[in-house]
Amino acid sequence: MSMSSRRIRAIVRKELREYRRTPSIVVTMAIIPLIFLVQPLVVVLGLTASSAGPLAHEHVLLYLLGIPALVPVLIAAYAVAGERQQGTLEPLLTTPIRREELLLGKALASLLPSAAVAYAVYAVFIACVELFADPAVASALLQWPQILAQVLFTPLIATWSIWAGMGISAKFTDVRVSQQLGLLAGLPTVALTSLIAFDVIHPTPGRALALVAALLLLDGLGWRIVSAVFDRERLITGTR
Amino acid sequence: MDDQDHGRGGPALSVHGLSKRFGNRVAFEDVSFEVGRGEVFGFLGPNGAGKTTTVRTLGTLITPTSGSAEIAGIPLVPQNAERIRRRISIMPESPGLYLRLSVAENLECFADLYRTPDPRERIARALRTVDLADRADDVCASLSKGLRQRVALARALLSDPQILFLDEPTAGLDPVATRAVHELIDRLRRRGVTIFLTTHRLEEAERLCDRVAILNTTLRTIGRPGELRDQLFAKSLTVTTLAPLPDPDHIFADLPAVDGWHPDGSCGYILAVSDPAVAAPAATRALVGAGADVLSISSLHHSLQDVYLELVGTDTPADEQAGRR
Repeated sequence: MSMSSRRIRAIVRKELREYRRTPSIVVTMAIIPLIFLVQPLVVVLGLTASSAGPLAHEHVLLYLLGIPALVPVLIAAYAVAGERQQGTLEPLLTTPIRREELLLGKALASLLPSAAVAYAVYAVFIACVELFADPAVASALLQWPQILAQVLFTPLIATWSIWAGMGISAKFTDVRVSQQLGLLAGLPTVALTSLIAFDVIHPTPGRALALVAALLLLDGLGWRIVSAVFDRERLITGTR
Repeated sequence: MDDQDHGRGGPALSVHGLSKRFGNRVAFEDVSFEVGRGEVFGFLGPNGAGKTTTVRTLGTLITPTSGSAEIAGIPLVPQNAERIRRRISIMPESPGLYLRLSVAENLECFADLYRTPDPRERIARALRTVDLADRADDVCASLSKGLRQRVALARALLSDPQILFLDEPTAGLDPVATRAVHELIDRLRRRGVTIFLTTHRLEEAERLCDRVAILNTTLRTIGRPGELRDQLFAKSLTVTTLAPLPDPDHIFADLPAVDGWHPDGSCGYILAVSDPAVAAPAATRALVGAGADVLSISSLHHSLQDVYLELVGTDTPADEQAGRR
């Protein structure tokens, strides 16, 4: 199956233009992770130097991997249901675009701002810790392997969340239902990253590599599965 | 076979016994017709008659339940969907524009989706065709409904389609915007584009279409508007005199091309005729010869609306039928 990069680029460009003209979309995307930051920041900023020792052996920073799981869900859940709601889906589907191309274009367009917001929020957290936390706490908390894990896992986790959100978006006609279910779909990933952060699942390089492989597989499968559930007839007529 | 060579010379659209059901509900059933290349074909019917579903089926958005079709010479089967969509354009009833984007940005997106060569030139040409060249940078949300409809038409023209499906293109437009769309369709017809026009505006179909089909779940009739009138209604002349004729039977009985007559008010008479061009002068001569003061003799004109009402006017409305099924 040959894919047209021009069609995929057309969808990405169109989506990014719409985001740019609607700043509230990006602002909304940033709200959940900012709320997500409040609790760990309050805890970290309240710690004294005596906590630095035990903190150096924990992986609290990995808790923030929940951010890329939640950030993209809202726009991904809007991807198909939103087109349908604003009446633009039918003209789009009458073009020669394949569903795989359409979905990949939309996923990429969701990934770019999501990753940017997730990295920005993470940077805000690190900056706050560096500036306002006890220096001993900051140096114990900010460990390079965990920062690297955040950088590497953010796009992988975000992509998985996007496919989950888009799968729901392709199945449900109501945008609000789609977004609420999308948020629920992001929770298992948040639970997993929390279990790792609190050392219930001990992070090791081997486990990290296994998780990378699993996420790559899930991201590829997600594309295929969402393409399979994307049914032009049902989306146009609301039947089947 | 090269895409461009496919089906050249044959009809643009060929539909045989096509049906679509949604569960127990029949959208349309056993529909067969052909549309020639360069023809403007009107598809008429009441709300819920299956017009839009037919367009969506021919446009590969919906899979038919039974029957077959060839679109631009390509068999309508799922594996040909993309090839078919490359050769057609559908303008849905609602323009479906991205309102936050400009006119040019909307068209740019679709030019890329069709992978049109030289998209800038195509966009400029499409905008010139719909007289919107000076509105390219306007945000679509700022346009009136009529202008949005013209942008949607420009979008449908980007790919130089062999067949253009227009689904209720003037629905909800004011008379000025309607006239602008009609003029555009006329221009496209002159360029040889095959147009499949669904509408329930009968005067629109009569003015624009070479042939029309009337659908009310099943196809009721198909033909040129004039032929349909002739099929359904006897030709007739209306005669009006200043005073009632003393013996009209004597005057009208043996006239050439007059098959019968009946009164229409006290001083009016309707003559059933086989050829108005023969019957009208003969009737005039006979009336003058009988000393009658003739006020008018005219051919009774039946409109496409009369044909339509004759065929579907007594049906249960299609959308009610759909609700019952």
